[in-house]
Amino acid sequence: MADFDAIVIGGGLVGTAVAYGIARLGRRPVLLDEGDIAHRASRGNFGLVWVQSKGIGVPEYQRWTRQSSDTWADFSKELLEETGIGTGHERPGGVTICLSEEELDKRRRLMEQLHIEAGETNFDYEILRHAELKKMLPAIGPDVVGASYTRYDGHANPLFTMRALHAALLKHGGTYVPNARVESIQAAPNHFVINAGGQSFAAPRLVLGAGLGNKALGEMVGLDVPVRPVRGQIIVTERLQPVLPIPTLMMRQTVEGTIMIGESREESGFDDTTSPEVIHTLAQRAVKSFPFLKNVRIVRTWGALRVMAPDGLPIYEQSSEFPGAFVCTCHSGVTLAASHARYYAQYVMDGALPAELARFSTKRFDVRAAA
Amino acid sequence: MFALLPDNPFERITVHVDGNTVGVPPGFTAAAAMLLHGASSTRTTPVTGEPRAPYCMMGVCFECLMQIDGEPNQQGCLVTVVEGMRIERQLGKCKVDE
Repeated sequence: MADFDAIVIGGGLVGTAVAYGIARLGRRPVLLDEGDIAHRASRGNFGLVWVQSKGIGVPEYQRWTRQSSDTWADFSKELLEETGIGTGHERPGGVTICLSEEELDKRRRLMEQLHIEAGETNFDYEILRHAELKKMLPAIGPDVVGASYTRYDGHANPLFTMRALHAALLKHGGTYVPNARVESIQAAPNHFVINAGGQSFAAPRLVLGAGLGNKALGEMVGLDVPVRPVRGQIIVTERLQPVLPIPTLMMRQTVEGTIMIGESREESGFDDTTSPEVIHTLAQRAVKSFPFLKNVRIVRTWGALRVMAPDGLPIYEQSSEFPGAFVCTCHSGVTLAASHARYYAQYVMDGALPAELARFSTKRFDVRAAA
Repeated sequence: MFALLPDNPFERITVHVDGNTVGVPPGFTAAAAMLLHGASSTRTTPVTGEPRAPYCMMGVCFECLMQIDGEPNQQGCLVTVVEGMRIERQLGKCKVDE
């Protein structure tokens, strides 16, 4: 049996960020990664570090997202210094493009509501009409009515981010165990023994960072984690000269030149394939927003499964039955990576989540469904 | 570097490889035409500008990207030559007409 300070289950962006954060504190985590049969949301995501439109009606979520977005540049710099791997993070601001007056009006009301709810966090935004937006994004087409803009938005390369996190985890003395599907958990308050991949691991802390796997794992340590898959589909183009200086909610150009197009949401169970209808709708909206795309080649499409709670918020909780066991799950593994590494890891090692994360507790699900 | 297997030398398709008019056997791909006519590199990468050349010749590796009849980023190994085809190296990132 190998003893550690913490066991983190899940080798994607969430689990690896928390494990790296623990190692960064000088503690000894072990990261258990199931393998390529896992659903691997971190291999399929879009790569926005996105603030605008998140947390309507839940100011705690707006603040938590914003804090991570504000931390990202420093987080990325640290990863580069420690590992030599760049995450490609940029924060040029971002826009949500509207193709009708109705969309723009709805958008304006949403942004104003976020502004009011932000309180002293001070959420600045602009609603840009076509002409102003064209100065920022010259490639927009005539059907674009306007957009909402905030300076808080940005993007990063999710795969380089994950590689950097893995490298940084090892550099700080963390242990990574691949092909380690969890077979059993023996839980006692602040004492966990896990059998995974034919080995045993023990630690006083346990973090569930296994995405859709958290539902079943949670049951083993008294945590209710009602996450379900929500499919997103993505289109990837050939590499082009820089043409999108800032990301939009549905489109971003990587530093390598590729344009990624996404924004779909479907209830498709665990089916992570693509469908012609959705790809068609995405492509149509993309071409309407940026007509030059009609002559651009698509090199790849894929589907991936978001990890979604019933209300779309992250789930952060410590088990009351088995203190020391925490769950950390969300559908924004890129955006929240900085906060998971810098803050959540600290809370886990302190043994308590702070009041500002209480809104993300599983207790919010303890409401009887209306008949 | 490359030579033709014995074939019928009277069957040739005329194409333009980087501006030079050359003949290649029917059924040849644009990538093969470029290699046959001495190109050691058929593109430069969009990120670092490194020279690259066709590798898998079966549509998988995307190393053979070239401009064919003015269309950028074509997989040269998947395009069969036709009379008068213009085949050019793909230099760096594709330009966009805005």
